[in-house]
Amino acid sequence: MMTFIGKRIVLMIPMLLGITMISFLVMNLAPGEPIDVLTNLNPKATAEVRERLRSHYGLNQPLPVRYVNWLKRVLRLDLGYSFAQDNRLVWDKIRERIPITLTINALSLLLIIIVALPIGIYSAIHQNSFMDRALTIFVFIGFATPTFWLALLLMILFGVHLGWLPISGLQSSQVAHAGFWLILGDRARHLLLPVLVSAFGGLAGLSRYMRSNMLEVIRQDYITTARAKGLKETKVIGKHALRNALMPIITILGFSLPGLIGGSVIFETIFAIPGMGQMFYGAVMARDYPLIMGTLLIGASLTLVGNLLADISYALVDPRIRVGHHD
Amino acid sequence: MVNHPVVWYTSCGNIIDGILPYRDLLESMHKKIISILIIISLLSLLAACGQSSSNEGGQKATKKEQLERKNVDKLPPAHGDTIVVGSIGDASNLIPLLASDAPSHQVAGLIYNGLVRYDKNLKLEGELAKSWEISTDGLTITFHLRHGVRWHDNAPFTADDVMFTYRLIIDPKTPTAYAGDFEQVKEAKILDPFTFQVVYEKPFAPALASWGLSILPKHLLADQDITKSPLSRHPVGTGPYKFSQWKGGEKIELTANPDYFEGQPYIDRYRYRIIPDSATMFLELKASNLDWMGLTPIQYDRQTAGKKFTGKFNKYQYLSFSYTYMGYNLKNPLFQDQRVRQALSFAINKQEIIDGVLLGYGRIATGPYKPDTWFYHLPSKKYPYNPEKAKQLLQEAGWQDRDGDGLLDKDGQPFVFTVMTNQGNALRAQTAEIIQRRLQEIGIKMKIRIIEWSAFINEFIDKRKFEAVILGWTTGQDPDMYDIWHSSKTGPKELNFISYSNPEVDRLLEKGRHTFEREERQKYYDRFQEILAEEQPYTFLYVPESLPIIAARFHGIKPAPAGISYNFIKWYVPEALQKYTQ
Repeated sequence: MMTFIGKRIVLMIPMLLGITMISFLVMNLAPGEPIDVLTNLNPKATAEVRERLRSHYGLNQPLPVRYVNWLKRVLRLDLGYSFAQDNRLVWDKIRERIPITLTINALSLLLIIIVALPIGIYSAIHQNSFMDRALTIFVFIGFATPTFWLALLLMILFGVHLGWLPISGLQSSQVAHAGFWLILGDRARHLLLPVLVSAFGGLAGLSRYMRSNMLEVIRQDYITTARAKGLKETKVIGKHALRNALMPIITILGFSLPGLIGGSVIFETIFAIPGMGQMFYGAVMARDYPLIMGTLLIGASLTLVGNLLADISYALVDPRIRVGHHD
Repeated sequence: MVNHPVVWYTSCGNIIDGILPYRDLLESMHKKIISILIIISLLSLLAACGQSSSNEGGQKATKKEQLERKNVDKLPPAHGDTIVVGSIGDASNLIPLLASDAPSHQVAGLIYNGLVRYDKNLKLEGELAKSWEISTDGLTITFHLRHGVRWHDNAPFTADDVMFTYRLIIDPKTPTAYAGDFEQVKEAKILDPFTFQVVYEKPFAPALASWGLSILPKHLLADQDITKSPLSRHPVGTGPYKFSQWKGGEKIELTANPDYFEGQPYIDRYRYRIIPDSATMFLELKASNLDWMGLTPIQYDRQTAGKKFTGKFNKYQYLSFSYTYMGYNLKNPLFQDQRVRQALSFAINKQEIIDGVLLGYGRIATGPYKPDTWFYHLPSKKYPYNPEKAKQLLQEAGWQDRDGDGLLDKDGQPFVFTVMTNQGNALRAQTAEIIQRRLQEIGIKMKIRIIEWSAFINEFIDKRKFEAVILGWTTGQDPDMYDIWHSSKTGPKELNFISYSNPEVDRLLEKGRHTFEREERQKYYDRFQEILAEEQPYTFLYVPESLPIIAARFHGIKPAPAGISYNFIKWYVPEALQKYTQ
């Protein structure tokens, strides 16, 4: 088991290097450069001003040199300074935005699991019943509904007409100096719509997976055996079938690890949530190379770690997958 | 300073005030600052936001609102309350010379002061300088600074701060886009703690206005790397508002400076809320969670009626500092004949574009200046919609439909060209479509190509690989247009990308920027506008209107050529109407 994990970790290093190299190259292939925001069509930006700005950001060096410099800094755990006009540390900018994105994504994932798994199980047990079809239609409506449209409709209903919920943002100005519980309640009210909307769109995937896994499992011989020995149906499903049907779900959850810090641009923009998605989009549009690379590096690392965790947990649950052990 | 819009703020929501060309994303600044021209991206914003006076309903409403406003103006001014302003983009850096985006300049404009600023009629007046003298040869400007001004941390303001700011901006290590104007300074001197003098190589008319740049505190910034200064996020200025709080991507809060040298502002708090989506911002407005935002023509005209709005908000309109045009690549043989360009201008119905795209909230542009400025001149050569005249001019230039395919041709070649514009500006795309139809009617096929901003500038504009473009310029409070029209400005990355060249225009532009005397300057620019009207290197299309909406409890707002925010510190909420108490 240890060799398996060790091998996987060693393999991650060249993979990560390759990802950063390709990202760096592709990013620089895009037309334009960071100083464009300041200088394009700006009559005050003379050729000297442009040259001054280019050397300030090190853009006058060849691409490979810039990549190696970046890599050296990263090895010292330094993501550098953003090229945006705030000149802040990339890590500070990312750190400031991760908590809110993580909170929303984690809550939304939790909600998806709580709702989608029972839907999937129910649909599988009552395959092709009226409720199965109704639930299927429901989750696919969620999948097909454009987020921004649903978000705006909910905002109009709950924010403008009923006035029950805040429309956008993360905090009401009135509670800024209130007690802890008031602030928490206010935050919850702000997060309600964003979490609901993002979870609604994610129900389809997980519930359909769950349904098909379950369908496969309940046709297995050991389920028939369990039933034959007189176990209660709830026990057959809840204990024997569920445990096995859940295994592939673990893989999916492993894959969703990087998704936890990746925000959605559209969604964050609509709800005015200062999260990772908006920041990354802005960085790309402004060709803020250090911030783009920093975000990609974290995303790529989490993807690799997510895959690794999925493999490990899978191996723990299912001994057949444990490579290197042939009992 | 000029502001350059940042590319991604392409919509207009954040343009609150036309005075400063604050805006756009892609693309977008400034209050007292003089922004001279352009940023197209900004433009896009502007364009996106404009509208006009030909709309009767709109005008009536405005008149009625004005009457109502008059009545309430009788309530006495009072201190207190908060104004909540909506913006599409967050500020990036509150040290203004390091920032080029509209939000940064809009917020920093309330925190810092310049030596001079534009008043409501776009004339320069003193701010930190109580007066100034210009030597008779136009080379030396001596500023007499106000006494007793204090920084927000209570340190005194002196000529040292001005000198420090000047040195900082010309320091090659400072990453600023605004050094250009100050590189013309030959010498800067402190004559005494409250007298500052600059000497120029040549008389430079925009020089005085360039001293509208925000003066920074020497005692907090000296001997440091300016790019790492904490003042970027916790600014300390001399202005009417003090910085209080900045939550990245959420909001910026300022509080009134009780010791401000022009008196404490009435409104106690200024809250700048960042709401990147304009539909969401509009819903926040509708729920009365916002007090001030810029509207689109359709919001202004059709969506701001009913019980959520009537009596709760006032709408304003004034010409924005920008215009939209179709520019021709004069290196292209197709457009070298002046008659062809004139014909295109006759063939385009500009009023129809304004009515269709801006719902009437804009004015026809006749040249590169906005109609209510002192340097605007209505040229004698006009281009009303006249397709017959267009056809006749084209025939004179040798363009006729000889093969009967519906397209004009000459030497066997049909009249076909491509117009390009940037992505993310629906108004420009719609403008192109309207023009396309009108040109088709006279036998010209115009194709439309829409390209992402960076690629558009770097691959097509900079490399001169275009036939015609639809773009916009933000215009400034000074008529100097040297960078856009002088024949020396046709190099790579320079702004005369249509390669316009006319020796008389060159002379006029040079004289104009080296003359201080207004009447004489005006003559040069009048002639300049006549020549452009005759030659039509651009077909000037329209000047959009800025359409801000502000909660009705705010009183003292008086629209002027400068827009509305020039007297912001005098706005107030009568005691009985105040909404926010903390």
